[in-house]
Amino acid sequence: MPDYEPNPSAGQQAEPAPESSNRLELVETGEWKRVSPKYVVVEIVGTIVNAVVVCGGATLLWLLLDQTWALWVGIVVLAVSIINLVFEPRRVRAIGYLLRADDLLFRRGILFQRFVAVPYGRMQLIDITRGPIARWLGLADLKFVTAAASAGVSIPGLAEADAESLRDRLVELAESRRAGL
Amino acid sequence: MNEEPVAHARPALTAPRTDLTDGEWHRLHPATPLLRGGIFMVAIIGFIIANLRERLIDLFTGEENYGGDPIDAIYERGATGWALLIIGGVLVVILVVFYLSWRLHTFRVTGEIVEVRSGLVFRSNRKARLDRVQGVNLTRPLIPRLFGAARLQITVAGQDGNVELAYLGSKLADDLRRDILHLASGLRQAKQPAAAPDAPVTSAPAVDGMPIAHSALGDFATARFNEFRAPELDPDAAPPHSVVRIPPRRLIGSVVLSGFTVFLLLAGMGLIISVIAGSSGWVLVAVLPGLIGSVGYYFSRITKTLRFSITGTPDGVRVGYGLLSTSSQTLPPGRIHAIEVSQPILWRRFGWWQISINTAGQASGRSSTPVTGTTLLPVGTLADVEKVLQLALPDFDTETHRALIENGMLGGRKRDAGIADFYSNAPARAVWLRPFSWWRTGWAVSGSVALIRRGILSRDLILVPLARMQGVRISQGAIRRRLRLASAALHTVAGPVTASLSVIDVDEALVLFEWMSTGAVRSALADTSHQWSRTAPPTQEATE
Repeated sequence: MPDYEPNPSAGQQAEPAPESSNRLELVETGEWKRVSPKYVVVEIVGTIVNAVVVCGGATLLWLLLDQTWALWVGIVVLAVSIINLVFEPRRVRAIGYLLRADDLLFRRGILFQRFVAVPYGRMQLIDITRGPIARWLGLADLKFVTAAASAGVSIPGLAEADAESLRDRLVELAESRRAGL
Repeated sequence: MNEEPVAHARPALTAPRTDLTDGEWHRLHPATPLLRGGIFMVAIIGFIIANLRERLIDLFTGEENYGGDPIDAIYERGATGWALLIIGGVLVVILVVFYLSWRLHTFRVTGEIVEVRSGLVFRSNRKARLDRVQGVNLTRPLIPRLFGAARLQITVAGQDGNVELAYLGSKLADDLRRDILHLASGLRQAKQPAAAPDAPVTSAPAVDGMPIAHSALGDFATARFNEFRAPELDPDAAPPHSVVRIPPRRLIGSVVLSGFTVFLLLAGMGLIISVIAGSSGWVLVAVLPGLIGSVGYYFSRITKTLRFSITGTPDGVRVGYGLLSTSSQTLPPGRIHAIEVSQPILWRRFGWWQISINTAGQASGRSSTPVTGTTLLPVGTLADVEKVLQLALPDFDTETHRALIENGMLGGRKRDAGIADFYSNAPARAVWLRPFSWWRTGWAVSGSVALIRRGILSRDLILVPLARMQGVRISQGAIRRRLRLASAALHTVAGPVTASLSVIDVDEALVLFEWMSTGAVRSALADTSHQWSRTAPPTQEATE
């Protein structure tokens, strides 16, 4: 018998439950740690810079080379950027991580939700990077790298001191649970 | 040819085979620079022939109408002496460089590491830890094979993380592979008492080695021929029979019935239509080289996988293939990170399957090493698949596990309505996202292995040993949220297999997340395969 017995009724519910329970939400987890609220600034600046570059390029194409389609591309990018800006604070609030007994949990996203669990023993290295704006705000990004093709977990927008203590904590945890590759 | 230097350069040959693993520095086969620089030499010879081809043709036809080739030009200007001097100088330089590069290319094997030093101007030094060995490959490309040389690659994790011993004498490479695997398996303590009975056996090949080295050319040729014929030179280290035999007809059939053929047929149809529609003949001229190239593709695919063999040895699964250039790859236990059993739709009528794997030490992105290391079974029947999976996952062969595998390959929710389906399947509303394959999309966990069943166009079953899994992810976008679905993925090292599940019920996804994350930790703690012989005695269990 497989260890996991599929619940025969699990897939068969014809009636979808109410919208609220359609969301992915881990139960019986502890307190999610959130990233610094200041990280919103980094995201906003990034979005604005992106929008300015793309819209500027599109405008140039439109005005100088008379390409009408460039105008539409520019408008679409601008609209998407504005929507992004509106939701930015909520998106940043949705980023969270949690150190469980044997693995690191990570979540992000509201519309597109994502949960990742990585056992500490699988750690290959931890990367701490700081972009120019993040450095100005005293923030750092922490990346937990495993041997997997898809980069393990990347927690953006931690206060620098937090990032360093988290790194040391993770290295310590990984050391005690070291597994071969 | 090079039998004389073998004896000189390698006093180690007189001693038992373990002598190479004594931690001292040793040199490679003396013909190494020549074999490594093979392409360079071919290019030079090709260049010379291209320049002198008229002279060569005339040598046979007997007509003297050449003129204006480089030799004439040199002769007419009276620069013969200079030309000879330059040629001689170049030859001397080449010889000196070859000799020095051979002198400086040394390796050593200790109890913990394999280390290679090489390079004339730019020195390089590579070290691999033996307990991190992901695989040991023994390849014999055609030309070195004719000279009785082989390349031993010790793969460790990471892109291009190979320590390469190229080239070694064939016999020596076999012995060294065995020694390295023994050292890596953590067998050292256990080996000490067994050394006495082991010694005469191990020294025997080395003793043969000497007469071969000093014998006449005829014996040399015979030895080469025997090596050439034998797929595996280490009969005592591996059971002689492959657990799977692929009849050539099935192999050819499988290569012909591939997506590439479909593409070719479509291209051919397009071509015919364009000719009928009245386009000129130049299209045909443009396409013809492509057609010839595709014949080459079929040929190389077939010769590469001809004589495929897979056997279980105490040191792991050994996969051998190749007709002209042979390759034999040893995967120690617990080095397989993900397995995919799949059946393209064209193979369904014949009941053929193929198995590919992810391993941490894939030499991807390098042209010199074939990327065939990811195929565990090029084409096989259901019974073959079961045998190969038993080798790859030795703890996974009870009745239940077999049922689980069969169910995963052939089954689905709709078809096996009456029979117990071990998989937890996607709900019926997944039909909106996976209209054809939703009823086959499911997952299960058994022991320390996670199974994912999916696909209808290409029926896939993915097995991931949880002890090797790097992480688990579940995610949900707006569409899946409306349908109360989610998607899931198990992170493994890079390779041809991606263990992802595109549709799964939301509650199931949470269950999967918990099962996989706790299972990964639990199995990793129980896992001892990094030195596979240390805890368990070196039994022959994997060899059936």
